[in-house]
Amino acid sequence: MNPIYIRRRIVNATCLTFSILAMAFGLFWLFWILLTLFEHGLHGLTASLFTEMTPAPGNEGGLLNAIIGSLVMVILATLIGTPIGILAGTYLAEFGQRGWLAPVTRFINDILLSAPSIVIGLFIYTIYVAKVGHFSGWAGVLALSMIVIPVVVRTTEDMLRLVPNSLREAAAALGAPQWKIITLITWRASKAGILTGVLLAIARISGETAPLLFTALNNQFWSMNMNQPMANLPVVIFQFAMSPYESWQGLAWAGALLITLSVLTLNIAARFFLRKHEYHK
Amino acid sequence: MSQEDHLADRTSKQWRYDVLFRQVTRFFAFFVFSLLAALIISLLIGSMPAIKTFGVDFIFSAEWNPVTEKFGAWVPIVGTLVTSLIALAIGVPVSFGIALFLTELSPPWLRRPLGTAIELLAGIPSIIYGMWGLFVFAPFFAEYIQPWLQNSFEDVPGIGFLFEGPFMGIGMLTAGIILAIMVIPYIASVMRDVFDIVPPMLKESAYALGATTWEVVWHVVLPYTKAGVIGGVMLGLGRALGETMAVTFVIGNAHQLHSSLFMPGNSIASALANEFTEADGELYTSALIELGLILFFITFVVLVCSKLLLAQLQKHEGKIT
Repeated sequence: MNPIYIRRRIVNATCLTFSILAMAFGLFWLFWILLTLFEHGLHGLTASLFTEMTPAPGNEGGLLNAIIGSLVMVILATLIGTPIGILAGTYLAEFGQRGWLAPVTRFINDILLSAPSIVIGLFIYTIYVAKVGHFSGWAGVLALSMIVIPVVVRTTEDMLRLVPNSLREAAAALGAPQWKIITLITWRASKAGILTGVLLAIARISGETAPLLFTALNNQFWSMNMNQPMANLPVVIFQFAMSPYESWQGLAWAGALLITLSVLTLNIAARFFLRKHEYHK
Repeated sequence: MSQEDHLADRTSKQWRYDVLFRQVTRFFAFFVFSLLAALIISLLIGSMPAIKTFGVDFIFSAEWNPVTEKFGAWVPIVGTLVTSLIALAIGVPVSFGIALFLTELSPPWLRRPLGTAIELLAGIPSIIYGMWGLFVFAPFFAEYIQPWLQNSFEDVPGIGFLFEGPFMGIGMLTAGIILAIMVIPYIASVMRDVFDIVPPMLKESAYALGATTWEVVWHVVLPYTKAGVIGGVMLGLGRALGETMAVTFVIGNAHQLHSSLFMPGNSIASALANEFTEADGELYTSALIELGLILFFITFVVLVCSKLLLAQLQKHEGKIT
């Protein structure tokens, strides 16, 4: 056979083998990390994890205050960030054809989207925590909502742009004013997409640790006072994992498993939700 | 009231609602805009004491001593860049392989589950990567990979010094590898998406001329999608630069510069995570805020570069076709 043929075939086979190995390489880490989490965390997933407070060093306990704190902060951050994100995204998609604001905001939103989350924590620290003089649950909520906003802006704009113009024109031809067209037609048509964006944003902030370090910090006790430092799962995991106490490390692994499972479930749910809706169309 | 007046009244009412609605959405778009301005201004104000005290030297000084209040950002800056470059050096070829597999090799029924599995890597919170890295990966790395790396590359001139030193498991190289795993899903999913939009006609033409799969990918798919591929790599780089928790666990947090990648170092984000809440004194805090400002600036530049590059390449591509 022609030597060029042979060489081309060898190159082809080598590169395709590399491709398969790369795929295996990627999956390998996913399984290794999940396996580790189940191995170390599964026996910690007991009822006391959900019913007892974070313990003093060396004592047994649970993660109740941290779980509730995380839930409260994530929900509040979503409630603050989602409307702002949807309205800003609506401006970009529906009114952004003219003027300087839309292109600039779009660019800035991309910057916020890729801004390191620890810098966002630092920002909230300088404008809020440093001014009031103590860490607080509200500061954590603000930091998280600042991560929610760019995600929701981006998905809202993308999803509204997918709505065919003929829908808007049909409504306009019937004499509908623009605010009704947007709220009743385009928002409704892109509901599933926007909701997916919100779910992905929730998944993203649920595991965020860095922005909470300087804002909500942590609290070993039960506290629903949003003006006080507030317990939250990621920071508790961080502190307990770095500690020398075995019971704390056990709790950290159980918390890690819990948080990973919820975040991955949210991710998968968002995907299924969007896909189901796509098929429906 | 006559019919027409009533109608005119209703129309003008709706018109006012329209204006109101537009202004409300405009306000929130402006709000997003002002968030960034506020972020930059507040970080600038926060870092003023450090900027005044150290000036430009802050960036190039490798000294970091809270006791004598001498601060320099050189060590964390180098650490951030080195770990991110290691991440890209490993992550880009692997992501390319994964995208190639998902678009050209995989049987169709496997594409979606495998693609989702890779994307789930991006969903795992970074603190989990950190814990796994410190407690599972680092011991494994020290026992098996580091001795092997040292034996293999010790005598290679030019790069042998990178693999000197004791096998501690933690350090710059470990941080870089874990970052690579974290950026793979981002880069791979962008690459897969852009590979998917290559018109089948182009690929089929190349196949019809007798090209192998690899030749089609290398000479047809990749040139067609290079703008998107570079965008994806930049996205991954942005992630790697700002990643905090995973790096904090495994980099070793030492304000020292070593030529060896086995030695502990520091990155901007991990220095912030470790020291900020314990920093006392205005100068210390403000030096850390200036570190954050530098990190923000670096990610900003990466993003702007990728945007400009994409615009440039797209223009260029338009001319060819």
